[in-house]
Amino acid sequence: MMLDLVAYGAFFLTIALTYAIISLGLNVQWGMTGLFNVGIAAFVAVGAYTSAILTTPETADRFGGFDMPIVVGWLGAALVAGALSWGVGALTIRLRADYLAIATFGVAVTVQLCMLNLQPLTGGAFGIGFIPRPFAGLQGDALLFSLANCGLMAVVVLSLYLALQHLSRSPWGRVLRAIREDEAAAQALGKQPVRFRLQAFTVGGAIMGLAGAAQAHFIGFIAPDNYMPVLTFQVWAMLIVGGSGNNRGAIAGAVLVWGLWAVTAAAVSAFVPPEDQARAAALQIVAIGVGLCLMLLLRPRGLFGEVSPLARSSTKPPLSAKE
Amino acid sequence: MNPQFLMDGLIAGAIIGLGAIGVTLTYSILRFSNFAHGELLSWGAYLALGISSALGVLGAGSTKPLGPFSFGWSLPVAAVLAIILTGLLALAVDALLFSSFRRRGSAIIIMVMASFGASLALRSLLEFLFTSKPAYFSQALQIAMKLGGGLRATPDQLAMLVVALLSVIAVHLVMTRTDIGRAMRAVSENPGLAGIAGIDVRRVIRTVWFLGAALACIAGMMSGLIIQIRPYLGHDLLLPLFAAAILGGIGSVPGAMIAGLVIGLCEAFTVQIIGAEWRAAVSFAILIAVLVVRPRGLFGKAS
Repeated sequence: MMLDLVAYGAFFLTIALTYAIISLGLNVQWGMTGLFNVGIAAFVAVGAYTSAILTTPETADRFGGFDMPIVVGWLGAALVAGALSWGVGALTIRLRADYLAIATFGVAVTVQLCMLNLQPLTGGAFGIGFIPRPFAGLQGDALLFSLANCGLMAVVVLSLYLALQHLSRSPWGRVLRAIREDEAAAQALGKQPVRFRLQAFTVGGAIMGLAGAAQAHFIGFIAPDNYMPVLTFQVWAMLIVGGSGNNRGAIAGAVLVWGLWAVTAAAVSAFVPPEDQARAAALQIVAIGVGLCLMLLLRPRGLFGEVSPLARSSTKPPLSAKE
Repeated sequence: MNPQFLMDGLIAGAIIGLGAIGVTLTYSILRFSNFAHGELLSWGAYLALGISSALGVLGAGSTKPLGPFSFGWSLPVAAVLAIILTGLLALAVDALLFSSFRRRGSAIIIMVMASFGASLALRSLLEFLFTSKPAYFSQALQIAMKLGGGLRATPDQLAMLVVALLSVIAVHLVMTRTDIGRAMRAVSENPGLAGIAGIDVRRVIRTVWFLGAALACIAGMMSGLIIQIRPYLGHDLLLPLFAAAILGGIGSVPGAMIAGLVIGLCEAFTVQIIGAEWRAAVSFAILIAVLVVRPRGLFGKAS
């Protein structure tokens, strides 16, 4: 019983940490740079599918099945998702800020369509199965297997955290924040905002792709349903709750929001009669939406606000004249 | 090629155009992309459905089909009430959410994010109340009439096209012939200056929400009557709405309507030559093309 709990805890934490990776990626885009990405699910999905196609054993009815090592899959996932972000960013990042939001929303819709309809590549609605799992040799022992995976994910999150901490303190990170706070001033100092924004958007997208691959390999199966818009919302809620601009906040927010989500989902399946569970799940999503809005209204800096001499100012004058 | 795609495209385009007018008005007056606008379409459709079913329970004759149409007089009555209620819903969301961001002078992107949260909550609330099962205003089947030139349309479809046309004319008259319309255009040009010139900016904002929501409700009802009513009705139309608002040129009401028709026709054309499964990608392709080639759209002013 005790061991079951430990195994479940490790399983829960592994999933939460894969979300932490996405949240860290979003923090590079939004927290550090102020780029609003509404298509997170698309970048995660592209990473997951890329890695799945590279690493699954050969299949007769589908392209891919290259049977490559998991590491190659993960790197490929980051590369392809990064390339997609670069492409979307290159087209829209010099335009008005919310054009990027609209474009990424469109990317999410389009990637969803591709997952469903490019059957020879993605397996269509049935998705891709038999994705190799890390430490597959330990699969006989559920506890050991969960702990090993959890350990792997912890190592990935920790290394990513250290790398991003380093990046955000580096001159590069300082330029990003300077551009976010006052573009004209940064430009006057000879920095090219468009170039830096595009770099940040690409790095963030690549991290999301990596997260998608990590998730896919842990679960062993992917399908278009895993990458619905609600994934995007969950990650946004995680970063806003944790505190955007703060890498520790991004990780803590991910674990916390995923924890709340898992607890309420468990409560729904335990206490709600089966015929009403779909409705209860809808109510759960209402709660995330309302929670996101409340957090923005009441505590926009999140649980862990940004720790930086250049904290984002919450007031900008131009619109205040209206009311 | 079957010319029928023109009729399908025209109807889809009218729905997109009516919705896009709300997006473009919100953008030009409040200066943010409202991701919750699609939900106003869905709420409008469900409100009309709820009211017309209630009327059907009260008066048994109210659902008896009127002439060639599939609906009885309960639907037009419900439509009027639903339009008002959808407008009030938009005003309520603004009062609860967006007005406090405006007061604080929050960054625009924070409002976009809040609209994102609002959209999620509003849509899932519909799913909670009505479940995700599709609903219909009427189960009556309609035979399409031949219109000549190989075109066919049901009486419902023709009625909806007339309603869309009348709505656009009404909005155009409001924008060009009334004081509030002039005030709206003034605020969209320069909110600060308009405020100094004695224009009640808050009243303009309320009008924009009400007008946009009313048109969204009409578009939602059209979509519900011609296809079906689902909680995702508006969400699935959001990308076409944005694409139309941007293609038409942000802030341009006629632009939004014309761009809506263009997108509807392109979608119908794509369905005919490639297949229905790629319909949703059409708006994305148009959106990216406009952003790359002409970000200010067809009728937008250079900024």
